[in-house]
Amino acid sequence: MNKTINQKAWFFVIPVFVLVAFNAAIPLMTVVNYSFQETFGNNVFAWEGTRWFKQILLSERFHASLGRQFAFTFIILLIQIPLGIAIALTMPKKGWGVPVCLILMSMPLLIPWNVVGAMWNIFALPDIGFLGHTLNSMGFDYNFTQQPGDAWFTTILMDVWHWTSLVVLLSYAGLNSIQPAYYQAAEIDGASRWATFRYIELPKMKKVLTLAILLRFMDSFMIYTEPFVLTGGGPGNTTAFLSIDLVKMALGQFDLGPAAAMSLIYFFIVLLVCWVFYSLMMKNEARS
Amino acid sequence: MKKYKWLVPTLYIIFLMLPIYWLINMSFKTTTEIINTYSLWPQKFTTENYIKIFTDSTWYMGYVNSITYTVFNTIISVAAALPAAYAFSRYKFLGDKHLFFWLLTNRMAPPAVFALPFFQFYSSVNLFDTHIAVALSHCLFNIPLAVWILEGFMSAVPKELDETAYVDGYSFGRFFFKIFVPTIAAGIGITMFFCFMFSWVELLLAKTLTATAAKPIAATMTRTASTSGYELGLLAAAGTLTIIPGAIVIYFVKNYIAKGFAMGRV
Repeated sequence: MNKTINQKAWFFVIPVFVLVAFNAAIPLMTVVNYSFQETFGNNVFAWEGTRWFKQILLSERFHASLGRQFAFTFIILLIQIPLGIAIALTMPKKGWGVPVCLILMSMPLLIPWNVVGAMWNIFALPDIGFLGHTLNSMGFDYNFTQQPGDAWFTTILMDVWHWTSLVVLLSYAGLNSIQPAYYQAAEIDGASRWATFRYIELPKMKKVLTLAILLRFMDSFMIYTEPFVLTGGGPGNTTAFLSIDLVKMALGQFDLGPAAAMSLIYFFIVLLVCWVFYSLMMKNEARS
Repeated sequence: MKKYKWLVPTLYIIFLMLPIYWLINMSFKTTTEIINTYSLWPQKFTTENYIKIFTDSTWYMGYVNSITYTVFNTIISVAAALPAAYAFSRYKFLGDKHLFFWLLTNRMAPPAVFALPFFQFYSSVNLFDTHIAVALSHCLFNIPLAVWILEGFMSAVPKELDETAYVDGYSFGRFFFKIFVPTIAAGIGITMFFCFMFSWVELLLAKTLTATAAKPIAATMTRTASTSGYELGLLAAAGTLTIIPGAIVIYFVKNYIAKGFAMGRV
């Protein structure tokens, strides 16, 4: 759409600008403030320069939780995106099946996050949970509160359960926007199922899939409540992702300086990756 | 192969329903039964857990609190986002692209980063432990989302609609509320759905900003689980009840969900 230049449009944006600035800029400045200072309690502060940043960037603890975070995000993207596409492709396109699928599949998205964690905790308990009991009676030695491998397996399964539907709904919306004429043309040309997917469906879904990857990246990178309730970051520190580690440092140990520095580094990483995705997305949009 | 196509979504839905079923199953058992026996359905069916929640005000007020701030937040977010989204979809102005990306960055900000500063900030303006504090703090991620979705829907409406209305002598206010808002009603509905959803499921900020008066149900659950031993039956019943508002909302917007998730940009 060709837009008119109108500087007065700023007046329309002011409420949003004020509300978000009030919520984002002020707290963010507090964080920046802490990150350069040492606190002695009673509002006494001393300038520390970049010490906390150096300390965090060089600390093994931060490297470990950052590594776990990237591994987790990478694994769930690798499972959720293909699985979501596969389900969207096989979903009914019309009839009573559509609302049934949509309603049932959206259910996990609307459950409060700590309830998701609690639900999976009960579901996976080795002796009385369905998952734990079934796995153990099948002969697996499964206990997610004791064994790091099982804790990872459960956390990933929980995230797949929780968020795959988002990818399904997005892909489904993308597929629905394809005109029937494309499929007819493919049929006349005798295209295989794979060719139809590769050259018609996938390009048409490109935009929504970028969005899905972007949303899933952001949200899985910020994940806190669900693993916190499920495993509490344990056993040991094996499922302590960035947010869990950060909250432990800020609210548990009250190390404000290092926690603030870590917050900023954390935010910067998310921002960087999202900026790359966003630019790619806008480029695609401009081209099409 | 085509014959067995229905298997994939069916298996997926079964996988989705299993943990939910398990939660409901547990909610109708007594805590002793849960701990001592493993059974696929309640042996001694009881509604005692639900009765406790509906008769104890610390429990049911949790639901009232959660719904209150969620509704506040939905109204504030959509009201503020409407004019802004209109500006982004219709006009070019100084710094518009930067402003849009800056808004989106707030959707990317990890709430864990903001928890502590929010606590200090809202305490210093005497809003700590109020519904409005939680509603305002959730604007951090809901306003950017609302602007994003609404902008998508508004851009799909041709500009000729605006121009014709002005030629017909409509003032801006009358055009906006009488013609434009009804045109994008579906988009507004979806936006409200998403604001409701993200405010309803968020816990970290809601918990940090409240103590007793505005405590969300989800936070009530975590506290009770740790203080009075491990009342699994009660926990399961409370969890089951948190699913219901979401299910009701989904039912109303089912035809728009898929479209809404694509943010009107498909």
